[in-house]
Amino acid sequence: MVDYSQDNNGTGSPTDQGLLDDPAYTIEQALNNLQQTDDPSARYYAAWWIGRFRVNEPVAIQGLLTALEDNSDRSPDGGYPLRRNAAKALGKSGDVSVVPALIEALQCPDYYVRESAAQSLEMLGDQQAIPGLISLLNGGVAAAQQVEGKPHLIQPYEAILEALGTLQAKNAISLIEPFVEHFVPKVKFAAARALYQLTNDPVYGEILVTALQETTLQVRRSALMDLGAIGYLGGVDAIGNTLAENSLKLISLKGILEHHLSQQEMPQELNDDLVHLMNVMDSLL
Amino acid sequence: MEDQDIQGLIEAVQKADSAVGLLIAVRSLALSCHEKAIPTLIEALGYNNAGAAAGAVKGLINLGDVSVPYLLQQIDGYNYGARAWATRALAGIGHPSALDHLQETALRDFSLSVRRSAAKGLGYIEWSKLSVSEASEGQKQATETLSKVLDDPEWVVRYAAVVGLQNLAISVDNQSLVNSIVEKLDHQLETDSELGVCARVKLALAEIDREL
Repeated sequence: MVDYSQDNNGTGSPTDQGLLDDPAYTIEQALNNLQQTDDPSARYYAAWWIGRFRVNEPVAIQGLLTALEDNSDRSPDGGYPLRRNAAKALGKSGDVSVVPALIEALQCPDYYVRESAAQSLEMLGDQQAIPGLISLLNGGVAAAQQVEGKPHLIQPYEAILEALGTLQAKNAISLIEPFVEHFVPKVKFAAARALYQLTNDPVYGEILVTALQETTLQVRRSALMDLGAIGYLGGVDAIGNTLAENSLKLISLKGILEHHLSQQEMPQELNDDLVHLMNVMDSLL
Repeated sequence: MEDQDIQGLIEAVQKADSAVGLLIAVRSLALSCHEKAIPTLIEALGYNNAGAAAGAVKGLINLGDVSVPYLLQQIDGYNYGARAWATRALAGIGHPSALDHLQETALRDFSLSVRRSAAKGLGYIEWSKLSVSEASEGQKQATETLSKVLDDPEWVVRYAAVVGLQNLAISVDNQSLVNSIVEKLDHQLETDSELGVCARVKLALAEIDREL
């Protein structure tokens, strides 16, 4: 299985934590560090910090957009560490004016920049991103192979498929369907998640329910989060019974509960399915 | 079960040399439902093996009241993980002697998963094991504690407090206490920011209403 945890370009590294605890680090300093170019590591950290604390001032957004085109900060494997952090931070800005720049970043030669851009486009929720995301599915499942010597496939399929589902890309359904057969479990389940969001067909919800039986805890946890996100009521009992932490099961069930409450015209209504769901939640406390 | 059999099961736990071996040995010991298993099951709460600890908690809850004095002694220990599991066992048993511990834990434990199980446990105390006046005092305290837990910053702890309050209201024989619980739940429904918690409050109010 592909191990995405080797992606150490992101948040939460020990150095990040050390600086996070530094009370002297301020928004002004983050903005200054982002705008300077002498110290790449300070700039890298500033981009992460701005995203983490959701600083969405115009000057921060402008600094991140510049960082998204940076050519100075390069990793030994040819990656663009600063661009990765900038792409992530832009997703948290809530500012849809950055969407075109992120669509552009989907073409970056660095896999992790493309992955971060796809995740951010999903967060921003702008359907403008759909054609750019679809173009990364070129060649379909046949092309979706492992890159030799790298811990990832040629495209960040998991992020792409999840984004297409969230963005309600109905025109992508036939392109996504074949990925349900992909050999990487996370890709397969991301496809099922997206197809459920696009079609409401329980067949796809049930694929995620079978993921709750996978031998890898990491896959079961991820299926719990997916079922919560799509609000698949048919998965309630399987969620209660899967081997994972009760805390995660409770988060998943709460996701399903709230999904249905927010879709009802009269949110007062508690039907039998939702009462049953809450009984399962009670038993997990 | 013969004493020598239970001794064998205890030794199997002590001699287990792998995580899976320990898990299986603890489960078998828990299944014995034998009072002599209690100290070893409580020891297993401190082995830092979640599967084994969960099996031991199940066994201790099945044993019920007899394990309560042992568990309350264990609470004073320094092992945080073991204390958390012991709290879950006490919450699952519901013996009134755990009342003070559960109240303290529901309000102040740093782990949200321990706070939530203590909060639920406060709704499942077996009041019939106390004198009428002791029970009445305990019910008042549990209600006050759970009302404070309704302000917990974590949604899941507030959710558990709602579950606790619902069951408390249904299990007490004191109309003014029930009224005050309903009032608190009504207030929670108006103020809680989480849709999921509000849904549980609605269910609680409906269940209390149905029982009265």
